[in-house]
Amino acid sequence: MTYLLLFWEFFKTGLFAVGGGLATLPFLYDMGARTGWFTAHQVADMLAVSESTPGPIGINMAVYTGYTTAGILGSLCALVGIVTPSIIVIILIAAALKAFRDNKYVNGAFYGIRPASTGLIAAAGLTVAIGSLLRTDAWTGWDRFWTVLDWKAWLLAAVIFAVSRLFKKLHPAFLILIGAVAGALFRFAGA
Amino acid sequence: MKIYWELFITFFRMGAITFGGGYAMLPILQREVVDGKGWCTNEELTDYYAIGQCTPGIIAVNTATFIGFKQKGVAGAIVATYGVVAPSFIVIGVIAALLQNFASYAIVQNAFAGIRVAVTVLILNAVVKLLKSSVVDKLTACVFLAVALAAFFLDLSPVLFVLIAGALGIAAKVLWKGAAKK
Repeated sequence: MTYLLLFWEFFKTGLFAVGGGLATLPFLYDMGARTGWFTAHQVADMLAVSESTPGPIGINMAVYTGYTTAGILGSLCALVGIVTPSIIVIILIAAALKAFRDNKYVNGAFYGIRPASTGLIAAAGLTVAIGSLLRTDAWTGWDRFWTVLDWKAWLLAAVIFAVSRLFKKLHPAFLILIGAVAGALFRFAGA
Repeated sequence: MKIYWELFITFFRMGAITFGGGYAMLPILQREVVDGKGWCTNEELTDYYAIGQCTPGIIAVNTATFIGFKQKGVAGAIVATYGVVAPSFIVIGVIAALLQNFASYAIVQNAFAGIRVAVTVLILNAVVKLLKSSVVDKLTACVFLAVALAAFFLDLSPVLFVLIAGALGIAAKVLWKGAAKK
């Protein structure tokens, strides 16, 4: 019964959480409160694990919750639950797009949507940049604004940027590896 | 049969090296799917991301479904989608079973702070690539700037931006152009 319930709860989350993986957070808090499967504190732990492991955050959250609630089979049920709604919705949209590919209204809409989509990605990138390149808690005022700059992070960003420009054929995974090794060696989180 | 395996393994690989959300996956998609396999173009990728932000589900998963569907219909969509989520299933399963305190280890926290810096640079590079295919004239440049600033400073739903930009695109390409011809 728990398995079916896990599938159903994550199916609903997958159906209503619009946007990125973080959009699943409010649904998880609500799910924990209603089912008693996990506390809000555990959700925060799950988020930390999701963010420090490969894979989309929403998926990691589902697998982790499913596992802690009902073992391997539980995580499988949660996983299938969260991806099924988007598989159905996207297949319908993809089929519709295929049928209307040469429609002038559809093409006109995407002409406007493409730069908007790029703008949304740029805004998200800026948020990521603030989290990785600035120490917002060190802010003491404009007269000493440089205290928020995390110089180690800026240096690493400059190195990775230079490497990505010099070796354009290099796979992004190598740049991520450089980041991980430098972060661990020079204790980027100060931990 | 070979194409299904290729879809699965390619998306599995991408799922295994994506740290963070769907945005972190973008540079990896450009490398593997656009430059490598030629399964879609940068334009199509921006379309998928726009739709992914307005539809239920996780953007990285939605994009996998789109590309899988484009290659091999419904079966391709399912194979690609489960390919991209399979690494999470394995990695999180192991962590949940063996390393309950995984996220609190100093080496994990430090390494991840470094990874975030790398991901920042990767997203910057990805946006520059997308700009070349999405910003093609003055109007699209204005849309990009307006949405980037508004989305960063205001707490509004991405759906709103996509709807307005879509209406603007139809107005500019179909209605105004049609009116000019008459």
